[in-house]
Amino acid sequence: MIIVENLHKSFGEDHILKGISTSFEKGKTSLVIGQSGSGKTVFIKCLLGLITPEEGTIDFDGKIYSQLNSNEKRELRQEIGMVFQGSALFDSMTVEGNVMFPLNMFTQQSQSEKEDRVNFVLKRVNLVDAHHKYPAELSGGMQKRVAIARAIVMNPKYLFCDEPNSGLDPKTAILIDNLIQEITKEYDIITVINSHDMNSVMEIGEKIVFLQHGEKAWEGTKEDIFKTDNEAVTSFVYSSELFKKVRQMYLEERT
Amino acid sequence: MLFPPIQGELCYFYATTIIPLMTYLSAIGSYSIMVKEVFKKPTKWPIMKSLIFKEIDELIFNSLGIIVFISLFIGGVVTIQTALNLENPLIPVSLIGFATRQSVVLEFAPTFTSIIMAGKVGSYITSSIGTMRVTEQIDALEVMGVNSLNYLVFPKIIAMLLYPFAIAIAMYMGILGGWMAGVWGNFTSSADFIEGLQMDFDPYHVTYSFIKTLVFAFVIATVPSYHGYFMKGGALDVGKASTTSFVWTSVVIIILNFILTQLLLG
Ligand SMILES: Nc1ncnc2c1ncn2[C@@H]1O[C@H](COP(=O)(O)OP(=O)(O)OP(=O)(O)O)[C@@H](O)[C@H]1O
Ligand SMILES: [Mg+2]
Repeated sequence: MIIVENLHKSFGEDHILKGISTSFEKGKTSLVIGQSGSGKTVFIKCLLGLITPEEGTIDFDGKIYSQLNSNEKRELRQEIGMVFQGSALFDSMTVEGNVMFPLNMFTQQSQSEKEDRVNFVLKRVNLVDAHHKYPAELSGGMQKRVAIARAIVMNPKYLFCDEPNSGLDPKTAILIDNLIQEITKEYDIITVINSHDMNSVMEIGEKIVFLQHGEKAWEGTKEDIFKTDNEAVTSFVYSSELFKKVRQMYLEERT
Repeated sequence: MLFPPIQGELCYFYATTIIPLMTYLSAIGSYSIMVKEVFKKPTKWPIMKSLIFKEIDELIFNSLGIIVFISLFIGGVVTIQTALNLENPLIPVSLIGFATRQSVVLEFAPTFTSIIMAGKVGSYITSSIGTMRVTEQIDALEVMGVNSLNYLVFPKIIAMLLYPFAIAIAMYMGILGGWMAGVWGNFTSSADFIEGLQMDFDPYHVTYSFIKTLVFAFVIATVPSYHGYFMKGGALDVGKASTTSFVWTSVVIIILNFILTQLLLG
């Protein structure tokens, strides 16, 4: 379990995170949602230790991040997979090189074992014929999928994804969502996903944390999100006509 | 608050002197911390080895062309200028070779070439590391548990250990350029020039040059890395960081050149 308590972060005068507390469980896909600029990326980077919060604790299964020394931090990080919002692929390496990179760095596997593993994860993200391309030669969606492959290649215990399916067509987006959920169940890992895509929320939102202006305005499951009266949530989630109708139908069905 | 509110002339003094001074001091501080971090938690040797070879290729071999070109011409110019200023018949013509040797070995090869390399190699280092910073590739390395400073900067420092060889080539080429300009331009005979080259030769001058070169090599590898690694912003800022990095690398080289000359020759 990851337990976050009272997380504060400011950039200069801008108070971005204003005391966020929540928790993320094993074997569940947790979604952090909120408007653009609400602090989702800053939040996830605080969890990863890429941004140091001014206040608050982050507890990874009993390890308090801020109390670890730099070696312990690096050990913990080897159990973390991260998909950045902008993919962050190494542009001097091919797709294969990118995905194999963590294996090269941290395992003693033989070349053929590594290749097998890379082929396996690339297949899972539905990328089979791009092994020798460079990131600059891929479409945005393909880059995202390589980034996901790289994040899961080491079988992480914790998986963080910053908008893994933004910029993907609806079909691939759902495929990616389902893949992330499958992996979460299969390896019983803790998965935290930043998103503002309502399809993802409905598809895989086993726990949803709603951020607004740097505060946690609401949390619950995808079932709760239909029932809630919380105005901030409804105005965000049901801003599109389609979802307004879906909600109406859902509520009518229940009565 | 770091600086208490003050008014009047004191305020001006603060704004123009104290604050910039503090900024420089803190930059020097974080540079030192960076250098220390570079040598911690080393990357696995097989990976590091290939990184080092890549950097040797990029930083050293790819620079040899420009180093040879510049040295030949600078050597030539030094020779011609010395020859043109030699009007007094009491001064032997062999002074031309002597002056060429001294200026090429002591200053032009190590210092002048290093300033050029601060531009060529330095801007490559800053922009490549800076691009990795703004596209979050450095964050990606860190999240995996890689010591990104060791991974990115250490191979550059090791590759630059070969820099003195490049400077040795610069010395030969400078003197060769001087010989070509002097002899082919009819300023001196080959025999006079070579006699001048051998006149009062002090091997310590070469040692001094190579000590300087090694220090400059470390500066050229680390100062641009610092500017790339700690930059903020987007693609535009990568360009700006490269410019700033060139300015600072040159300034550091020039100051260290002065200090080292005092220490080693003074
Ligand atoms: N390094 C930084 N320096 C200063 N301000 C920052 C920095 N990073 C983020 N911010 C600010 O923090 C706020 C939240 O940004 P963040 O990237 O977390 O938004 P987000 O919720 O991820 O948005 P999006 O959905 O568009 O990705 C923004 O107002 C942004 O300007
Ligand atoms: Mg974001």
